[in-house]
Amino acid sequence: MSGFENLMIGERLEIGRHSFTEEAIIAFATKYDPQPFHVDTEAARRSIYGALCASGWHTAAVWMRLNVDYQAAQAARLREEGKSPPVFGPSPGISNVKWFKPVYGGDTITYFNTVTAARMRPSKPDWGIVELHSEGVNQKGDPVIAFDNAVLIKT
Amino acid sequence: MNTDPTARRTYALEDFTPGRQFQLGPYPVSAEEIIEFASAFDPQPFHIDEDAGKSSVLGGLAASGWHICAITMRMFADSYIVDSTSQGAPGVDYCKWLRPVLAGDVLHGQSTVVSARPLMSRPGLGAVKFSHEVFNQRRELVCTSENTGFFGSRNAGEVH
Repeated sequence: MSGFENLMIGERLEIGRHSFTEEAIIAFATKYDPQPFHVDTEAARRSIYGALCASGWHTAAVWMRLNVDYQAAQAARLREEGKSPPVFGPSPGISNVKWFKPVYGGDTITYFNTVTAARMRPSKPDWGIVELHSEGVNQKGDPVIAFDNAVLIKT
Repeated sequence: MNTDPTARRTYALEDFTPGRQFQLGPYPVSAEEIIEFASAFDPQPFHIDEDAGKSSVLGGLAASGWHICAITMRMFADSYIVDSTSQGAPGVDYCKWLRPVLAGDVLHGQSTVVSARPLMSRPGLGAVKFSHEVFNQRRELVCTSENTGFFGSRNAGEVH
């Protein structure tokens, strides 16, 4: 039970923040989501979004980066305290992804995680599963993204 | 790429009839692209290092699940989104990562229209629900998902 004991179920934790630049928005979207309002400033101005905005997958991918960095920092802290950090494996997927508002160039998004459940799996006793609710909020306090996800954790 | 929002598009709300299918891919996934994406967004060992991937439960250098989502989005874009009246998406019901996508895999699949309805709150705009299946070159299902997208109506002209 090295992984489960240090999880704080129900607590909403800030994992980090990230500022989106127009250049990064265009670079991501050119590769993966080349819709006019993600890659063309002029076209975006005439779209329902009113200005260039990030692909929802870009907003989500930045969460993952901050999550990885946050978990690494937490693991280092736990090791310093003489505790065993959780060992995470792959994720089976995501659900209830909601893009509430566009993320524009210059927006700073603060991301949060709440562990909603952690359980053992009788069929695979070596790896349990942790369920998370994750959120992103812009600098005005408006939610821009939320989703549920799960990750395997070494027991 | 035509980014003029007033240009005529092949696919508008009325064209997304329930049951209609759109082919996705093929999209070859290289080791370089897996590492590039994961270095920026998901730098876990099994996504950025071949040996770490081989010794992990994924069995090889494996694409981040978020990378699979991004690739799938690109396949939607190339198949029907860019040449449509798409006005973005409010979210994704679910996305299941069923099998690892390893370096050298070639992805393909299809999007199927589940339902389409006009939005009462936004005249000229409608919501289209899709289900998607993505396979690798061995016809193994690697990812399933369902999502809703917003599309302009054929006769709405420019949507504001």
